Amino acid sequence: MHSIIKKMAQIIIPTPLRKFTNNESTFDTKGTTVKEAIADLANTHSGLAKHLLDEQNNIRSFIRIYVGDEDINSLQKDATAIADNTVVSIIPAIAGGSQ
Amino acid sequence: MSENKLSPAELARYSRHIIIPEFGREGQEKLKNARVLVIGSGGLGSPLLLYLAAAGVGHLGIVDFDVVDDSNLQRQVLFTVDNVGESKAQTAKKRLLALNPHINITVHETMFTKDNALDIIKDYDVVADGTDNFPTRYLVNDACVLTGKTNVYASIYRFEGQVSVFNYPLENGERGPNYRDLFPAPPPPGLVPSCAEGGVLGVLPGIIGSMQASEVIKVITGVGEPLAGRLFLFDAASFTTRVLKVAKNPETNITELINYEQFCGIFPDKKENTVKEITVQELESMVNLKEDFQLIDVREPYEYDIANLEGELIPLAQVATSTSKIAKDKKVIVHCRSGKRSADAIRELEQLGFDNLYNLKGGILAYAKEIDTSMPTY
Repeated sequence: MHSIIKKMAQIIIPTPLRKFTNNESTFDTKGTTVKEAIADLANTHSGLAKHLLDEQNNIRSFIRIYVGDEDINSLQKDATAIADNTVVSIIPAIAGGSQ
Repeated sequence: MSENKLSPAELARYSRHIIIPEFGREGQEKLKNARVLVIGSGGLGSPLLLYLAAAGVGHLGIVDFDVVDDSNLQRQVLFTVDNVGESKAQTAKKRLLALNPHINITVHETMFTKDNALDIIKDYDVVADGTDNFPTRYLVNDACVLTGKTNVYASIYRFEGQVSVFNYPLENGERGPNYRDLFPAPPPPGLVPSCAEGGVLGVLPGIIGSMQASEVIKVITGVGEPLAGRLFLFDAASFTTRVLKVAKNPETNITELINYEQFCGIFPDKKENTVKEITVQELESMVNLKEDFQLIDVREPYEYDIANLEGELIPLAQVATSTSKIAKDKKVIVHCRSGKRSADAIRELEQLGFDNLYNLKGGILAYAKEIDTSMPTY
């Protein structure tokens, strides 16, 4: 029987960034906003920080962050609240196709 | 658009389309009268072109300047062993006409550049982007926006694929989001390697390119709901799919084609981006003279297992945190497969104070070609 198990919010790590997370494809976080969650991720995997955040700690423009199926830019940007069981997706630009 | 009716032979050929109620003869005639430009006839372009030709798209344009290579055959199902060394675009044309003689094909055997993009695109109704690099992705997008064409987009990396329909005409007369609304700026060079460097599961372009073909057919026929304003993601490794919303970005403003290499941070001629180099012959001579130097290999362990020069393995992603392993008091030669990642590693280390680093020109591929021809290449 499925009980109601509270799961922490989960960040899905896209393939190009997994080289910085020991190939982990997900990251559980106690962060309560997108900003906290990304900071939590970047602190845990230090090599990732410079690829996610610029010098002012803003999320870089070649990466989109989604909470559920919504772009955080359509919500409250990095102040968007996340709760238990929320899925946060990091969507990077990828370009492969021909070669 | 000239209205061409279906011949009896075509009616028979496309009967499985025509008997779909919402598709019908009208949908098939729309396909026959459509002109679709496919940019890139490789991984994505192979299934895309095969299905669009089979489906009866009346006019296909193919942009590709490349030739077929052995390493393409793992996924580029348009080609066979006999085609290695031949023009991809010409080979594709021959194969597609053998599949469907009722269609027309125009080959553009050229690089797609800012100088020819608008001229090539203007003759087509829909564009399908199956290219393999960021500068061309942005160029295709901008050219589609400027010419008012729908851009059916797909891209792949290792086990992951993305699909969307950009710049799609909406009911209110405006256009849907485009690639720049999703990604206003490209990632810095080196962060997201190409498939040639990062690899791709061979069947993945088959899956994603087929979805792209399906969207092209929907856009042309008006059947169903195209993937406009949405981004489809597929991860073959975990078999998960997601569909995310894509909104227009009020800051996106495309008014002309630009220098896309520069936009993507690629400066082939800039001196500050060059690193010191040595050739494989010079390396061989240093080995023979027993010179004291350190050799560092910045590839991944699985690449090292295929072939190596007995260098110390420090994958590119770990270079910045492994500086204690890198000598400062003697010459350090850094290599990868082709010389690109090792140059990135050197640039990164030079920012951390190293000035004794040399890039092995052409990487282990050059070594295998010019020094040890028995060495496996990949």
